[in-house]
Amino acid sequence: MRDLYNNSVEFVRTFGAFQLFSLRVIRYSPLVLLSRFDLVVKQIFNTGALSLVIIMVCGLFVGGVLGLQGYSNLARFNAEDSIGVFAAFGLIKELGPVITALLFAGRAGTSLASEIGLMKATDQLSAMEMMAVNPVPRVLVPRFLGGIIAMPLLVAVFSTIGLFGTHLVAVELLSVDVGAFWQQIQITVDMHDINEGIFKSFVFGVAASMIAVWEGYNAVPTAEGVGRATTRTVVITAIAVLVFDFMITALMI
Amino acid sequence: MKLLDESSENLIEIRDLKYSRGHRAIFEGLDLDIKRGEVTALMGPSGTGKTTLLRLITRQLVPQHGTIHIGGIDIATLNLAELYQLRQRFGMLFQNGALLTDLSVFENVAFPLREHTKLTNRLIRHVVLTKLHAVGLRGAADMMPSQLSGGMARRVALARAMVMDPDILIYDEPFVGLDPISMGVIVRLVRRMNDTLGITSIIVSHDVAEVSTVADCSFLISGGKVAASGSPDELRTANSELVRQFMHGMADGPVAFHYHAPDYEEQLLGRDAE
Repeated sequence: MRDLYNNSVEFVRTFGAFQLFSLRVIRYSPLVLLSRFDLVVKQIFNTGALSLVIIMVCGLFVGGVLGLQGYSNLARFNAEDSIGVFAAFGLIKELGPVITALLFAGRAGTSLASEIGLMKATDQLSAMEMMAVNPVPRVLVPRFLGGIIAMPLLVAVFSTIGLFGTHLVAVELLSVDVGAFWQQIQITVDMHDINEGIFKSFVFGVAASMIAVWEGYNAVPTAEGVGRATTRTVVITAIAVLVFDFMITALMI
Repeated sequence: MKLLDESSENLIEIRDLKYSRGHRAIFEGLDLDIKRGEVTALMGPSGTGKTTLLRLITRQLVPQHGTIHIGGIDIATLNLAELYQLRQRFGMLFQNGALLTDLSVFENVAFPLREHTKLTNRLIRHVVLTKLHAVGLRGAADMMPSQLSGGMARRVALARAMVMDPDILIYDEPFVGLDPISMGVIVRLVRRMNDTLGITSIIVSHDVAEVSTVADCSFLISGGKVAASGSPDELRTANSELVRQFMHGMADGPVAFHYHAPDYEEQLLGRDAE
């Protein structure tokens, strides 16, 4: 009972600290965006461009699987022409943002958390403070902003490549009519669906980057502590993304 | 920003400092004065909180009790902007160098200049190469920190600590892991900078022999207080048991070499020794 009480207090305290930390990061964001955009660009490269390969490969195969599954299910109703719409909705509204966010947590989130954690463990953040440079706008905010900007772009790439993967499987392999495939997508998918995907990718970008930066910055400054922080980054991001996904879908549908 | 008081003899005055981490008291009423323009050494057995004291002086940590005045300013009263302004007059050499791993050696040394000044690239290049030359690493300017040995990284960090021409230079264990040649050069460099530029230097070290050659005044810290102070010669000939044990590196004395443990014989041969 006592443990339960202590754990609850600890949880509330951590959650409060996380909110204060988020406010601090967000407060510096406009300044960094305007005056130190070069740092942000570097981080967009680190988190975005370097995640491109894994995003593209995964997108292609997820699209391919949608093609196979969609065909075998839709063929029972003689509706295999609708496979394009089926895949497009799945990718743009759900799979694109969610899977990209999960991959982002694994590829970029872990590298952010461990990089910041190691900077802390090797006194680099203290050294910066001693040189009268605030590490929040110099180190944390560019990485946070880089993640936010990279995520929607990665989602766009994932969904596009995924749809191309479905096209390959459905049209080239299973000989679904190419005209029906694309025309149905064009008619059915409207701006509202795409906005939903963009909104989700933005929210997931904020969540994934903020969690990675927070875990890195609050890592226990030892090898073990940094390792634990990277693990926690993936676990917490995965949970947060799926919970947010449910909430946003419930609100927007 | 309040200006540092340039007139008083003591640049840093610490009064009745108390600091504890968890339940362990690290300082219990420490009083310490650091004189302007001198090289002051802080020595003491491992775990006496020498590094903690440096962090308190630079307000990376805040004491639970007592005051620290730097140039007449109580640093506990400064807000963040004032603190950063004060820190621009500090240079600090960390134990492991603490170079920024994503920047080259040149950019590491240029970092404070790029963040705080609007100097042209040409001027920055000039200043940085001069400082790197002083520590003998002008040729390593394009290397990354991961390519450097521990001693080289420390020397780069020293160049970076000097680059803003600080008033106070703080060295945390500067002599660990240096070969005798670099050690000699660094010791002379510390001394020379102090004398020619009028910098106040604070050195934390275990290295009694090296510290003796460079320091004007040493403080031996033990048990949360200043146990002894004075010039290296005064300390070497002091009567105190503790000072003698530390200065001559003896295992027996007031400072126990062994961490608290149960009785040796009992543990080896007693009931529990199955």
